[in-house]
Amino acid sequence: MKNKSLKTVAAGGLLDRRSFLLNGLAFTTAYPLSSIASTSSEAHTVIGETLPPWMKVPGKGALAYGQPSTHELHIKRHLEKNTPETSLFSIWHTPIENQRGIITPSGLHFTVNHNGIPDIDPNKHQLMIHGLVDKSLKFDIDSLMRYPIVSNIHFLECAGNTAPNAVSFNALDQSCQDLFGQISGSEWAGVPLKYLLQEVGLKPSAKWVTVEGADGGSHARSIPIEKLMDDAIIALYQNGERLRPEQGYPMRLFLPGWEGNANVKWVHRLEVTDKPAFTKDESGLYSDVLDDGKIQRFSFHMGVKSVITHPSGKQRLPEKKGFYEISGLAWSGHGKIRKVEVSADGGQTWAQAHLDSPILSKSLTRFHIPWQWQGQETTLLSRATDEQGNLQPTRDQWREKYASYSFNHYNGIQAWHIDSNGVIKNVYA
Amino acid sequence: MFMPNLVRQLYTVCIFLFISILSINVCADNLASMPNVNLGQVLTQSEIEKFAITIYPDGKHLPKGQGSVAQGRKLYNNQCKMCHGESGIEGPAARLAGTNGWVSFSDPLRILRIKQYPVLLISVGGMWPYATSIYDYIRRAMPHYAPKSLSNNQVYGLTAYILYLNDLLDESARLDEDSLPKIKMPSHELSVDAWADYIEKAKNTKSTINTNNKK
Repeated sequence: MKNKSLKTVAAGGLLDRRSFLLNGLAFTTAYPLSSIASTSSEAHTVIGETLPPWMKVPGKGALAYGQPSTHELHIKRHLEKNTPETSLFSIWHTPIENQRGIITPSGLHFTVNHNGIPDIDPNKHQLMIHGLVDKSLKFDIDSLMRYPIVSNIHFLECAGNTAPNAVSFNALDQSCQDLFGQISGSEWAGVPLKYLLQEVGLKPSAKWVTVEGADGGSHARSIPIEKLMDDAIIALYQNGERLRPEQGYPMRLFLPGWEGNANVKWVHRLEVTDKPAFTKDESGLYSDVLDDGKIQRFSFHMGVKSVITHPSGKQRLPEKKGFYEISGLAWSGHGKIRKVEVSADGGQTWAQAHLDSPILSKSLTRFHIPWQWQGQETTLLSRATDEQGNLQPTRDQWREKYASYSFNHYNGIQAWHIDSNGVIKNVYA
Repeated sequence: MFMPNLVRQLYTVCIFLFISILSINVCADNLASMPNVNLGQVLTQSEIEKFAITIYPDGKHLPKGQGSVAQGRKLYNNQCKMCHGESGIEGPAARLAGTNGWVSFSDPLRILRIKQYPVLLISVGGMWPYATSIYDYIRRAMPHYAPKSLSNNQVYGLTAYILYLNDLLDESARLDEDSLPKIKMPSHELSVDAWADYIEKAKNTKSTINTNNKK
């Protein structure tokens, strides 16, 4: 590849995507065609003798429900090691450094469960709505399926995603999956909740709804009526199929852009009230302690955030001075991603990355920028800006706002250090 | 292309009809934002009473009953200690007593405990603004291996014991549906509401936009 004709857009070897594409075109047209030799022995050639074995036998039949290739079985969720197992509180991280695009396969979607995954009989499950309403109603699944169903692509992120970087004194040498694996993207389809709330009729004093699941722990959260009348859905489908049990089968609340814990799984009851209930999670684990010691409740939005997934922590660049396509994900609970900037020199210079379509509101957005590593020690960074103008803070800026032990809603700029051997490590920039 | 007059007229009418149907559909789409499907079935008062277990800060839905610190201690030692620790601070499960954070004079081993179980960074006594939430959560979810297995009186006892561990009740105290909502939790005064701030900001932004439009 003729590097001389590639335009750089920032220090550290960040390249202009357009010049790269044109160069690539020239490269392919200049590739020599192999000559076709004809010999007299051609008539006796058996083509199978020199071809790979799978080209010489009939293939297998398909399965009724398809599975990933047996060569990809090592791509799995990881269980968060710091979860106290005796409390049935499990956190499974998705391997985002092994994914491309913006959709997480349903079986790899991150999942956090505070009291295990219930086995619910869908025929006996009902969604009840009562409290400050004109008439208390219940809906079975067959009825809900007859309402208009909307589908949208959204991210879902646990409030505690990347918590180690928020509170750990030293940057832990962990992978992208370990540090960022509580974010996933899916197409969620379900019944807009405003249809159901309209049907029960809200009393003027209705301000909050206590949303409860039918799991062993009856997980519950208080959700403001404004959100439920806006873009909230009772989700029935994820990525085209009915919800997986660990995502709330047979139905869950889905609140685009809001912390995962508020998206109540296995939802069965909505109690309309005039004030929040201060349930276990909104009283403790999902509150934020601020720098002045105040305790912030009901900080539902997930802020603008990005991470370079390719390359990332615990990986090693295979070729010194090689070409790499830097790629990652950006998202914001406040709307669409407007831009993502990347630095390959530890934050001294920045270049704007290309954003793949579709760029959707409250959805993962995939970014790319071509990069020629110069073989030297450096640090890769990415920072996202959303359509509201929110810019991702640095780690120091984020930490100024919170107590040293507060770990939720961390969205600081991520830094991946690369040493001269190409070994990539999580660092604090 | 040759087209007899009548056919052409019919063709035009068909196109017109097709466009009309399209525009009706567009209108229907707008109306569909609030459809009247009305497939909900009546939820009876007895069904509501069976399921409505949420306890509110003002004591709403608290059942009649009572329990003492002493009764709670006995239950705690039998059913809770193995996860929450001897004095409610050892883990592995959530810390029940004391302050939040990395260090504490009353718990010199805290840093080591947190290194092992990071969730111990925050405590029920240091974080939760209402004692009613303790009752609510024990009754719906505890003990973790057998949720909803405790009697209403047993839950009063355990709530009293956790409050005692936080120096919020005397060793001889009892708790019932009247006294529980009156307990003042230390973190109540520290609470700030991010949602109220968000709504306030959104209102201000909206009014700025409106003013701009008027100009």
